[in-house]
Amino acid sequence: MSGGFAFNADNAAKAKALLAKYPEGRRPSAVMGLLDLAQRQVGWVSQEVIEAVAEMTGLAPIRVQEVATFYTMYNLSAVGHHHVQICTNICCLLTGSDGVAETAKRALGIEFGETTPDGRFTLSEVECLGACVNAPMMQIGDDYYEDLTPESAKAIFETLKTGGTPKPGPQSGRQFSAPAGGPTTLKTLGGEAG
Amino acid sequence: MPKLSIDGRDIEVEAGTTILQAAERLGIEIPRFCYHERLAISGNCRMCLVEVEKMPKPVASCAQPVGDGMVVRTNTPAIRKARQGVMEFLLVNHPLDCPVCDQGGECDLQDQAVAYGADRGRCREPRRQVHDHDYGPLIATTMTRCIHCTRCVRFLNEIAGVPELGAVGRGEHMEVGTYLGRAIGSELSGNLIDLCPVGALTNKPAAFTYRSWELKKTESADVMDALGSRIRIDTRGNQVVRILPVADDAVNEEWLSDRSRFACDGLTRQRLDRCYVRRDGKLTPASWHEAVMAVANALRGAPGGRVAAIAGDQADAESMVALKDLMAGLNSPNMDCRGDGAKLEAGVRASYLFNSTIAGINQADAVLIVGSNPRKEAPVLNARLRARWLTGQMKAAVIGPKTDLTFGHDWLGDTAEILSSVAEGKHPFLEVLKAAKRPMLILGQGALARDDGAAVLSLARKLADAAGLIKPDWNGFNVLHTAAGRVGGLDLGFVPGKGGRDVAGIVDGAARNEIDVLFLLGADEIDMAGLGHAFVVYLGSHGDAGAHRADVVLPAPAYTEKSGTWVSTEGRVRRSRLAAFPPGEAKPEWMAIKALSDAMNRALPYATLAEVRQRMVAVNPIFAAVDEIRPAAWGAFGMLGAVSDKPFESTIADFHRVDPISRASETMAACSKAFGPKCGCHSKKTVTHD
Repeated sequence: MSGGFAFNADNAAKAKALLAKYPEGRRPSAVMGLLDLAQRQVGWVSQEVIEAVAEMTGLAPIRVQEVATFYTMYNLSAVGHHHVQICTNICCLLTGSDGVAETAKRALGIEFGETTPDGRFTLSEVECLGACVNAPMMQIGDDYYEDLTPESAKAIFETLKTGGTPKPGPQSGRQFSAPAGGPTTLKTLGGEAG
Repeated sequence: MPKLSIDGRDIEVEAGTTILQAAERLGIEIPRFCYHERLAISGNCRMCLVEVEKMPKPVASCAQPVGDGMVVRTNTPAIRKARQGVMEFLLVNHPLDCPVCDQGGECDLQDQAVAYGADRGRCREPRRQVHDHDYGPLIATTMTRCIHCTRCVRFLNEIAGVPELGAVGRGEHMEVGTYLGRAIGSELSGNLIDLCPVGALTNKPAAFTYRSWELKKTESADVMDALGSRIRIDTRGNQVVRILPVADDAVNEEWLSDRSRFACDGLTRQRLDRCYVRRDGKLTPASWHEAVMAVANALRGAPGGRVAAIAGDQADAESMVALKDLMAGLNSPNMDCRGDGAKLEAGVRASYLFNSTIAGINQADAVLIVGSNPRKEAPVLNARLRARWLTGQMKAAVIGPKTDLTFGHDWLGDTAEILSSVAEGKHPFLEVLKAAKRPMLILGQGALARDDGAAVLSLARKLADAAGLIKPDWNGFNVLHTAAGRVGGLDLGFVPGKGGRDVAGIVDGAARNEIDVLFLLGADEIDMAGLGHAFVVYLGSHGDAGAHRADVVLPAPAYTEKSGTWVSTEGRVRRSRLAAFPPGEAKPEWMAIKALSDAMNRALPYATLAEVRQRMVAVNPIFAAVDEIRPAAWGAFGMLGAVSDKPFESTIADFHRVDPISRASETMAACSKAFGPKCGCHSKKTVTHD
């Protein structure tokens, strides 16, 4: 039943390794990994992908479809090269995700759920991605961009548009989720032991 | 064993029992939607909440195993409130269309809403909108009514073995549906309608034609296959509206095949409602007297050897015993009930029965299926084979058509030669059968209804001995019949007498004008074109092939319109009951035969149904034991001979169109068109099922 989808050589090897993780008769356990791998290859989970994964895992296609439709991180329609997912849940909302979203819409010229005509960007509104301490935030591809302001968000989009790679993580300069003004304890970490 | 108390009453049950099951044993009913005793537990409807002491929250009793010392309360104010909450959520998106819903009156949600529903909803948001699906010609869907119990999903996965339904989406957006909106290609799909606790899946052919409380319910027996399933015939006025299964753990559990369930519209079409006599080459209406006299005239002067009778696949035992006695009176040995030409012998009862019994499948640990596709020939039995296979304790192999049987099996080949090599021990599967404690051989009609059928039968017997299928408390030799009337016919000895002709011989004789008068007792599956100049008398219910060829047509009731006796493939005597009156002037076949015998001054010695049944018991005492199984003694049978290399095939080509009733049914015609060669049962796929 595998229609138009097949893993490329690299991914075929990865898929084989994934399936090998599970004992004989437990191939269905690899379904989520395989769907993710396929999504990385073609950008989204298509009917062809579902059928190919069903064949590889020995599941009925409907079982694979159930998994693919349950988890929101599987894209059920084609997305652009850069999938921009902006969190608008409570923490991000309180810290200004409205401005970030507005900036993104203006910079990319599209609304939520749309893809730019050149197919480079897709803009999505998503629920909490679990980086509340660095709100507001967005995810582009596999990277989190945090502590955003409309200005820093705009800079990220400009960089991406010119083909560059913006620095992921907090855009405010702080280290990960350390206090915004710099460390308040263990200040000498890495120096001589106190 | 854990002891617990439920509502102040103590009970001791086996470990692993759930609270709900324990409560049921005490007669305490706990409301439920998703739980069904024959399906896996899913625990997602939350209607069965109960209070257990020392547990902080109400627990779902269907999914909670009992523990020693548990104190359970099923009917406290807190529990009632919890269930009311569940009910309120279920009704948030459930439309208030009970007055136009076919499930109305027999709906679990409706019933339980009376107990736990509020008199008004508090939800002011619009109801969820979902699209209906096309599940094929049998199941109508109204998906807004769905409460996501997933019984249908579990049934297709577990029982039917056709994983086509699933729950797509998540949370509020979850919907039950098929992959890409396909129709459901299962021979057991009608059971989804029974399982659905609400009106999401309803009977499509009978849509909007009945309210459940208007129907008269008659318990009867099914004759659309040879299993002898227990059914309930629902009629309104004189019309059969629907046919439902009745639970019988020994035979059909709670299931029924689609043909048995949905062919009932064929009972109103193509019916013979009066006698016909052929005059100047044309069938013209006639009275009973004219028709009977026409037959009597044809018989007058015909020597016994030139008279013959063939009983069809759905003939009841009453008519067969009467016809047999008539033939004896006419000194004719030419009669046969094996319309498909199966080379079965009437002598040894064990040679044509499903000796292990259908329930015996639950103990089988190795099964070899020869010349049969049980999925098409007996879907309910196939579901039992699958259930047994799912336990992992049964190995299966097939010599016959290569199909997807919904359970994993080794396909050994499709010729008699493979069977022979297994019997001789040249094939490793013999060792599997030998090692098994409860081995089974299932011999289908596809292996017997052929020229070398007798040799195949004797090969099967040889295999039975070689593999040790016959043990003191177990007989693993099984013949799977496809015709409801066959075992009854063999039990009555409706087979050629000394020097008599069998079906092939009769047809051949008629073609060569050696048969003057031929009785067809509902027999439509023979070659009607080649009957020569024989005077054909057709007794049957439908204007099928036989009636078209006939010279005299005597109208008869269908199985829903008479009290008849059939013997199932496992040898269980089943009685049907009159649920509707036969159309027009139709009367039971045995009465027509009796009238004929009177007209010829050779009156048969019975005038009432009770007397006919006494005669049946006199011919074979088995007919006295209704609904029982009497083990049959093992004996010598079969005839050694050469076997051909023609592959075994199932005798049923199109599952939906097998007998005069299903051929007359529009529903079955629509199914045949919708599923036809695409149906899963035609699939060549033999993948393992997970």
